[in-house]
Amino acid sequence: MKKNIFYSILFLFFLFIFSIFYIGLDKPNFYTPKEIKNKKLETFSSKELFSNEQFQSNDLIKVNKFTILNIWASWCIPCKQEHSLLMDLKNKTDINIIGLNYKDKKNNAKNFINELGNPFSKILTDPDGIISISLGAYGVPETFLLNNKSKVIRKYIGPLNNDHVLEIINIIKS
Amino acid sequence: MRLIKLILLILFLTLSFQKILIANNNSLIVDKISKNLRCLICQGQSVYDSQSDFAMSMKLLIKNKIENGESEDQIYDYLKNQYGEWIVYDPEFNKKNLILWIFPLILFIFGGLLIYRKVFIN
Repeated sequence: MKKNIFYSILFLFFLFIFSIFYIGLDKPNFYTPKEIKNKKLETFSSKELFSNEQFQSNDLIKVNKFTILNIWASWCIPCKQEHSLLMDLKNKTDINIIGLNYKDKKNNAKNFINELGNPFSKILTDPDGIISISLGAYGVPETFLLNNKSKVIRKYIGPLNNDHVLEIINIIKS
Repeated sequence: MRLIKLILLILFLTLSFQKILIANNNSLIVDKISKNLRCLICQGQSVYDSQSDFAMSMKLLIKNKIENGESEDQIYDYLKNQYGEWIVYDPEFNKKNLILWIFPLILFIFGGLLIYRKVFIN
């Protein structure tokens, strides 16, 4: 009797371990960050790409009801792909788009904008990437939709796509 | 005159030596913290091991925070707040990972009981 109980417990134990590993097989081993919403974006101050003037992020964000903060770099291929969508957003809506130029050479960044157009009201610079890290960014491109109190309404990791743009437009209009 | 020169030289050497010591100590703390941080964009590497842009910027941020007088705990809390608990290798004890912490203990006690029964009771 005792032996039976012992073997039953042992069997259940191995079944439990097996189920954990079996469920784990289906889980991706990439880290997929959780969506961060309603978190206040840290204030930062940085120089503007073209004018070299120093700006405080809060001052730029509080002016409009919604602001998009887009982290980009001229060396980043996905940034090139999403650039046309940012241009569309700028043309279709009156949303304020701020760029944060990540670890880039000034001349390359300027050439990128001159060539593909400028959807940004201001382009702040992040030469050593510290600002982006303090905002909780993973890399480029990354986009935050913020309200005028710097609260993150949506965060898009990676390049924007048409669905994201539609979602942003719907949020702005609602 | 010679005495003044000598004093100045000693003062200069002491100050530079102190600066080197502080810088060295700070870089040791950066290494220690970054070894316990997961590089979120590179698989299976710590921030310390990785040469990615993300890791390089993070090491610089940690260095700046240490130079501003922030403690290790403050830096960990700050990064956990920005990136979530996943960024640290050492998981905290909470409801979500209760089983992870308790399970080895249960196994240890269970095994101990088995051994005790085998050796002392039989």
